[in-house]
Amino acid sequence: MRSIWRTVDEKLGRRLARDIALVLVADGLVGVSFGAIAVSDGFPIWVPMLLSLFVFAGAAQFMFIGLVAAGGALVPAVLAGLVVNARHLPFGFAVADVLGSTLPRRAIGSHLMIDETVAFTLAQHDPARRRAAYWTCGVGLFGCWNVGVLLGSIAGTVITDTDAFGLDAAFPAVLLALVLPSLRDRRTFLAAAVGVAIALASTPFVPAGLPVLLALIGVAVVRPKAPAPAPIEAA
Amino acid sequence: MNTPGMLVAILVLGAGTFAFRFAGPVLRERLTLSVYADRLIAVAVVVLLSALFATATITEGESFAGYARPAGVLVGGVLAWRKAPFVATVVAAAATAAGLRLLGVP
Repeated sequence: MRSIWRTVDEKLGRRLARDIALVLVADGLVGVSFGAIAVSDGFPIWVPMLLSLFVFAGAAQFMFIGLVAAGGALVPAVLAGLVVNARHLPFGFAVADVLGSTLPRRAIGSHLMIDETVAFTLAQHDPARRRAAYWTCGVGLFGCWNVGVLLGSIAGTVITDTDAFGLDAAFPAVLLALVLPSLRDRRTFLAAAVGVAIALASTPFVPAGLPVLLALIGVAVVRPKAPAPAPIEAA
Repeated sequence: MNTPGMLVAILVLGAGTFAFRFAGPVLRERLTLSVYADRLIAVAVVVLLSALFATATITEGESFAGYARPAGVLVGGVLAWRKAPFVATVVAAAATAAGLRLLGVP
């Protein structure tokens, strides 16, 4: 354990390693609450465990369990989860460079693609650090999330409300802190502002998960400036 | 509970999610993207994460999330903007929300 930590420390630097560790602990606790909620809703332990291992996406898992527990049918619950997870498609384009070129690495790396992992990777510019941030955060989250869900499922109703610890505020704060430097670019900021407005305005009217995708309209409205001037055609 | 149905539902959701995640890296290798398209994708990711941040801060399901959570995120946001350490930002956000709830703020 100590030697793993030392390797992580060398590749990431102490600050980044500590930042990622904080997010792992917070997400592990959210996993505990997910397991506890699923079991107290009457699901056998294998349901939250299989979801966490195979789907590995917090928002979609909570939504799936919530819809089925409320008496919903399975097909709409699956479709809702897929809509929520559609955002991973553009994520994959953005982090493709850190996954490596062999099929197993790319397949495993793809499965570890989570909002926090993508945000941490986005905040690094050096290729080696991007890679280290992605894999450390991805593998760490997969471990902490699944262990958390298992503990929560076993403990049952011990912690069902991680909101009491303010963990629901920690997740957006993590995203904000990681995305803030990218927002210094004026066009990126405008695109994000338009996207946020669209997402918030559409939330009461469209199924969950869709507002975040609709935010992409912001990219189309504020077309980012091309880095190099377009070639001018001869008259 | 319908056990086989549940099993199939979880496997389909998992496979579909994996397909979304895997498509990006695979397509990326087959397409040669212009510098402009590259830039477009980078902006798209920031827009997605920002929208995720905003909806996770303000909404719960289809309604308002209450005051404690946005207040906590606001405190964290101010610290992040003033370049406070990441750990301080996140812990302050959680502590503010937890403290307000202790005081009875929803």
